[in-house]
Amino acid sequence: MNKQQKEQYLREYGQLKSQGKPFFPYAVAKDGAMAVLVMAIIITMSIVLGAELGPKADATTTTYTPRPEWYFFFLFELLRVIKPPALVPLATIGIPTICMILLFLLPFYDRNPERRPERRPIATTAGILTIAAMGFLTYLGASAGPPSEIDVPVPANVSAQGQMAVANFKAGQAVVAQSGCGGCHKFGENGNDGPGPELTEIGRRLPAAAIARTLVNPTAPMPSYQGLQKSNPKQFDEMVYFLSSLK
Amino acid sequence: MAKLKLPVPPVPPQLKPLPKRPGKVYGPQTPIEHAGEAAATAVGWIDERTSLSGGARWMMFRKVPKGTNWFYTLGSATMFSFLSQAVTGVFLAMYYVPSSTRAYESIRTINNDVFLGEFVHGMHKWGSSMMVILIFLHMGRTFFFGAYKYPRELNWVIGVALLILTMTMSFTGYLLPFDQRSYWASIVGVNINGTGPLVGPYLSDFLRAGPNFGATTLSRFYAIHMLLVPGAIAALMGFHLFLVARLGTTAPPWVRAKSSEQLREEKVSS
Repeated sequence: MNKQQKEQYLREYGQLKSQGKPFFPYAVAKDGAMAVLVMAIIITMSIVLGAELGPKADATTTTYTPRPEWYFFFLFELLRVIKPPALVPLATIGIPTICMILLFLLPFYDRNPERRPERRPIATTAGILTIAAMGFLTYLGASAGPPSEIDVPVPANVSAQGQMAVANFKAGQAVVAQSGCGGCHKFGENGNDGPGPELTEIGRRLPAAAIARTLVNPTAPMPSYQGLQKSNPKQFDEMVYFLSSLK
Repeated sequence: MAKLKLPVPPVPPQLKPLPKRPGKVYGPQTPIEHAGEAAATAVGWIDERTSLSGGARWMMFRKVPKGTNWFYTLGSATMFSFLSQAVTGVFLAMYYVPSSTRAYESIRTINNDVFLGEFVHGMHKWGSSMMVILIFLHMGRTFFFGAYKYPRELNWVIGVALLILTMTMSFTGYLLPFDQRSYWASIVGVNINGTGPLVGPYLSDFLRAGPNFGATTLSRFYAIHMLLVPGAIAALMGFHLFLVARLGTTAPPWVRAKSSEQLREEKVSS
């Protein structure tokens, strides 16, 4: 905005303001009514939905679902949508950081003096697209399948090894399902496709030792299973066996 | 400097004070009447020493421009939900123990044993969602009405900082109940922070209070959640509000001021 546009705006605004009404009581009454409405909604939600508590946090456990608060779903889903591992840092912090910087600097690069939304087509379209994208990602996050359900057919090479191997495979599958691996990984028909890589044929790509190493020392944001390895090495070994026989 | 003229709030005629009658003595006479004036005297005593009434008048009797509608209540509603969070948070803090061994039990005590405990806990929990929704609605209004443009650029920047601080509040608050869901979601969240460029690893080390998610992590999240960030939010909100009053709230962009001719016609016809 140049000096003339600034002065024109201030003059116009001064007129609008002098033709307006005093903040008290007119705006205060509206604000007060809105505050009562907000309070009523919060109280109703508290009474209806309550504040239930899940099971106590346990660092050595295997049953959990890392689900963020719903308004972080769009950030979380960004991880799922962006697949190639090289781009994951971009999804986790790159895009949010860039969006934040763009948001901070908005008044400095949008120098169009026009304020009516229909006369700022680029800004209005960008705004609507951003809201639509966030809404879509939140919807994806909300409708993501339960990560604790995994049902993979027993591979032929496992059933060929006899009853013990099949039992071991089933036990490992249960541990993996409980651990919520499906929250980020896909196993055949089950689990979510991303942010983590698909594990349907992980045994073909990685040997058992490498899988165990990854579980103990994973790439972020995956949590480490070192706690499980120490507290319950049997379950940990079953998990590794199950994953390494997925071929 | 010219004395600032403030608009007088409109009062219906029947409530206007009667004009003074000659020959009558005004002011309190009996001790009871004096006692009735106590509040006014106290306010007057404070005002004589602080001159705060000028500021209050400046804040309350400033004019809001023509066309101000319900969209303009979203900002104050966000502030109100923050105040609700602060009050319910204080009551929760009276019972909460920020220790990784006892946090979960203390929340269970709040839910099951404390009078109205689950109700206040629920208000705090759902109030956070409310505040996030309201802050986004307020931001959307500001964006589509072009209200971030000259001369209110700085207020937009402060608003974005408030948005980030609000998201920090919900991130750090999510861990505090210390149940499975909050514990593992926080681990993943901190790990996500760690993948960030440059400051990422330092940020996640700072949040975890060390290389691993341990006993001190919870008290760190607690301190950030109830001391550091709320203080910053309150300070920035105060500045945000001061700038709103200083620069004035915007009018909807399609509202135009009446020309002096239109105003004259209205005066003649009425």
